[in-house]
Amino acid sequence: MGKRISIECAHAASLAVKLANVDVIAAYPITPQTHIVERLAEYVANGELDAEYINVESEHSAMSACIGASAAGARVYTSTAGQGLALMHEMLFIAAGNRLPIVMGVANRSLSPNLNIWGDQSDMMASRDCGWIQIYAENAQEVFDHTLQAFKIAEDERVLLPVAVCFDGFHVTHVIEPLITLDQEEVDRFLPKHRKAVYKLTPDQPSTWGPVAGPDIQTELKVQNEWALNSSKDVILEVWREFGDLFGRYYAPLETYKVEDADAVILILGGFAGTGRVAIDKMREEGKKIGLVKLRLYRPFPIQEVKDLLTRVKAVAVVDRAISAGGLGGPVYGDIRNILYDEEHRPKVLSFIAGLGGRDITVKDFKRIGEKVLDVAAKGHSEHKVDFIQVRI
Amino acid sequence: MTTDKPTVKNLPIAGIIFVPGSAKEYNTGAFRSQKPILDAKLCTKCGMCWVYCPDGAVFVNSEGMYEINLKYCKGCGICSEECARKAIKMVDEEE
Repeated sequence: MGKRISIECAHAASLAVKLANVDVIAAYPITPQTHIVERLAEYVANGELDAEYINVESEHSAMSACIGASAAGARVYTSTAGQGLALMHEMLFIAAGNRLPIVMGVANRSLSPNLNIWGDQSDMMASRDCGWIQIYAENAQEVFDHTLQAFKIAEDERVLLPVAVCFDGFHVTHVIEPLITLDQEEVDRFLPKHRKAVYKLTPDQPSTWGPVAGPDIQTELKVQNEWALNSSKDVILEVWREFGDLFGRYYAPLETYKVEDADAVILILGGFAGTGRVAIDKMREEGKKIGLVKLRLYRPFPIQEVKDLLTRVKAVAVVDRAISAGGLGGPVYGDIRNILYDEEHRPKVLSFIAGLGGRDITVKDFKRIGEKVLDVAAKGHSEHKVDFIQVRI
Repeated sequence: MTTDKPTVKNLPIAGIIFVPGSAKEYNTGAFRSQKPILDAKLCTKCGMCWVYCPDGAVFVNSEGMYEINLKYCKGCGICSEECARKAIKMVDEEE
C-alpha cells in the first residue's frame, strides 16, 4: 500500500511520472516548473527510472523531441511554464494534430512582459485552442493522481491525444503537502507497464505523418481532431471511475462546494479553490447562500455538467487568472457565458480577474466577489463590468 | 452527401499515409502553366537539365535522349534557364 507522506507538489508530479515508467523525458528547465524536471533528472541519473532524458536547448525543441519519441511509440513526459509554453506553442498543435499521447505538466506562470516568474494561468489560456486535453489540479494529491491518469487517458486507443496537467506556479508547485502515494504494484494494476502504440513510426511499416493537406482535406482533418477531443470525455470519466474504484479517490469534471441551495456560485480553476472554500464557509456562517465550483476538466469542456449546474443558480462569478485581451474579461468567463446563452433559465455571469503574476487571491477578495454576485442574484439584473480584483488605479 | 473525396470518418487517423512512396501518385504536373519543349537537334546530352530539375522530372529515355516527364514537371523553367544550348523552350499550356 502507498504511504502518506509530505511532499512538494512539483515532486508529486515527478513521482507520478516515475511510477508511470516513462520511456522518454525531454524538457528545458524554467521557473516554477524546474523542480519537476530536476527531480526526474535525478531519478534517471540514480538509475531509479530507466528512461531517456533528453537535454534540449529550448522548449520548442523539448516538445519536438517529445513528438518524435511519442511517434516512435514511447511513453513521453515533459513539463514547462510561462514563456516556455509560449515557445512550444507551434509544436503543441503538431502533437495534438498527429494524435500523440504526450503528457505535460504545466506549472502555470504569467507571461512576459514584464518579467514575472510567478503564477497565473495566462500561459495555458493563450494555448487553450491547441487541441490538448487540459486538466487543472489544486493540490499535491490531484497533481499526482491526474498525472498518472493522464497517461492512461492519453494512450487509450479511443483517445490518442496529448494531456496537459496544469497547476499554479508557486501557489501549488512549491507548496509541501500531504500525499497518499501509490506503490509500483498498485500503479501497474492501473496503468500498463509499457505503452502499446497503435500507430507508430517504424522502419517495419514506413508511414508519413503530417503530410501536405490542401483546401480539399484540411477541414476534414480538423473536424476529425475536434471529434476526437470531444469524445475523449467519455474515456476521461471512465479512467477516473476506474482509478476511484481501485484507490478510493474519485474525480469529476466539476467539483462543487455548498452549491445545493446556493443563489450564487463562484467558479474558479486551480489552487485558489482552496481559499475560495474558506471564504464560502465564512459567508455561509453569515447566512449567505453561496457555493463554489471548481472546474477541473477544461478541455474537452464539460458542457452538459456546467449547464446542469449553473442553470440552477441566479448568478455566477467567474474568477479568471488570465485576461482575454480586448474587453471580453477572462477566458473561462467567455466559455461559461457562451454555453449558457441559449438556456431558458440562465444565470447572470460576472467576470472577475484576480491573482495575476502571483498576487494572492485572499479570503477577503473572495468575500467581496461573493457579495457582488449575491447582490446581482438578489436584484436579478447586472450592470457588472469586468472587475480587476485588488487593482490600484 | 455522396462523394469520392475523403471524409472525417474514412480518413486515416491524423491523415497519416501508411503506404510508402505514395508521392508518386501526386500529379504535380497539374500545377503547370508553361511546359518545356526540348529540341533534340540542339541537345548535346550535357545533363544540366537533369541536374537542376528540382522535381526529378528529367530522365534519360531508352534511346539515350533526355526527356521530361510531364506528369511531374511543374513548369518552373529552370531547365530552360540552365540549358547552355538553349535547347529547351517554355511554351504556354493550351487552355
